[in-house]
Amino acid sequence: MARVLIIAEHDGTSLNPSTAKCVACATHIDGAEIEVAVLAESPAEIAAAAATLDSVNRVLSVENPANSNAPAAVLAPQIIALAEGYDYVFGPSSTFGKDLMPRVAALLGVNQISDIMSVAGSHTFKRPVYAGNAVVTVEAPTGHPVVATVRIASYQAVGAGNSAPVEAREVAAELPDHTRIVELQSGQSDRPDLQTAATVVAGGRALGSTEGFDLIYQLADKLGAGIGASRAAVDAGYVANDTQIGQTGKIIAPELYIAIGISGAIQHVTGIKDAGTIVAINKDEEAPIFEVADIGIVGDLFSVVPEFLDAL
Amino acid sequence: MEKILVGLKRVVDYNVRVRVKSDGSGVETDGVKMSINPFDEIALEEALQIKERGEANEVIVVSVGTGDAQQQLRTGLAMGADRAILVECAESIDPLTCARALLEVTNRESADLVLLGKQAIDDDNSQTAQMMAALWGRPQATFASKVETNGDSMRVTREVDAGMEIVDVDLPAVVSVDLRLNEPRYVKLPDIMKAKKKPLDQIPLADLSLPDSPAIADTVFEPPAARQKGIMVDNAAGLVGALKEKGLL
Repeated sequence: MARVLIIAEHDGTSLNPSTAKCVACATHIDGAEIEVAVLAESPAEIAAAAATLDSVNRVLSVENPANSNAPAAVLAPQIIALAEGYDYVFGPSSTFGKDLMPRVAALLGVNQISDIMSVAGSHTFKRPVYAGNAVVTVEAPTGHPVVATVRIASYQAVGAGNSAPVEAREVAAELPDHTRIVELQSGQSDRPDLQTAATVVAGGRALGSTEGFDLIYQLADKLGAGIGASRAAVDAGYVANDTQIGQTGKIIAPELYIAIGISGAIQHVTGIKDAGTIVAINKDEEAPIFEVADIGIVGDLFSVVPEFLDAL
Repeated sequence: MEKILVGLKRVVDYNVRVRVKSDGSGVETDGVKMSINPFDEIALEEALQIKERGEANEVIVVSVGTGDAQQQLRTGLAMGADRAILVECAESIDPLTCARALLEVTNRESADLVLLGKQAIDDDNSQTAQMMAALWGRPQATFASKVETNGDSMRVTREVDAGMEIVDVDLPAVVSVDLRLNEPRYVKLPDIMKAKKKPLDQIPLADLSLPDSPAIADTVFEPPAARQKGIMVDNAAGLVGALKEKGLL
């Protein structure tokens, strides 16, 4: 038996889909007994959602006012207390998990495996390095808990037809007050979330301006798509930082990805490799984006995209 | 504050197209340009700006790596760091050991703030800052896109998936920096000459008497799976047709 503890990601009210993808990863470990920990101010609804996830054996619910919008420094000591006796502790490779899990690993005295893309054995995993230019097989030492983040774009969420038991847990841990979250300024819109959208429309430097980016919004609205961007477009200030896709931005796996005026630097491509279908519209036929595109059009985006909008 | 410590990692340059060795033992590094990890360069720039505003007195750059990393430390000195420390080891080390080494140096120097890159662009791990903060029992503010000092605390704007998170941390603290915090300055020739005279101390890793950490072994490197060759269409109508064929419209 391999006991796996997955740290649920949530926003205080609902469970993030990244958790169901961590569960999917854990099912590839032989003999996995999967439990999900929900640490929140009022965890009941989030825990209930986690309990519906297929392959989950049990949900641990930790209710504490200190867990309202808690920083990693507050969550980590509680997770250490919970993790006693588990062979694996997993979190998503979202900014939540990337922030939290190395803190957990260090307190457990182990290194962390970042961005698991596949499970090759009980202690053997594959992960991308060098902006996805290489995939390395890594071997974690036995006799220590395996702490890891799961590359969520590599996994399909498990189904939600389960009804696992939910157990309330009291955790005795000293919680620091040296880190205080003031507020979250979310660039929230009515558009689908970039990381979970089935379709993503992304623009690059060739859009030329914030106004030029309107074309991306129009197409996204018509397709019900999330909005993404290349680093160049974000650097140029056409669009918000949280739309950046790639090695240092978001790694996504939509069913359909439409890259408009994006040249396709390796650092960008690593963020879209797992997309179902990649469409590229670019006036430079030599642009590297065409090497990974399933459907390509060489042409001026300012004429192709309006035509595409009309044809939809 | 008195001292800011900045970590610099020597990595394969951002512009190099990295290739996996044919025997799968690693990636080609022979004759490849090496540089300061770009995120670490941003961390150093921020430290220098804090010092230039009169909010800190000394900026120390530290690398945990092989002797070659002296080149990157010299570049850091040329950018404006006051002195450098190389914790020297035979080959690349795991993030936990690196965090322990940085913490040991931080304690010896009584640094008030540690600025690190949010990830190294070689192993893409994104662990060291968080691990160091954990071992230190101090705050971490990762993925920073804005940093303001405020007496004994700092206000950091963090780039998170949902937008921007603003967090206050008491000092001492560890901050890991994101791309858009600043634009690192260019090094000028006279600064390179001046940097040669600045102190660069070398400490063998073994002298720090760190505990052994269970390392994760890299066994085989392989190139990423290639995507199937796609098709080219002539116009928007062709695109609509191709998407309909795939059932995507």
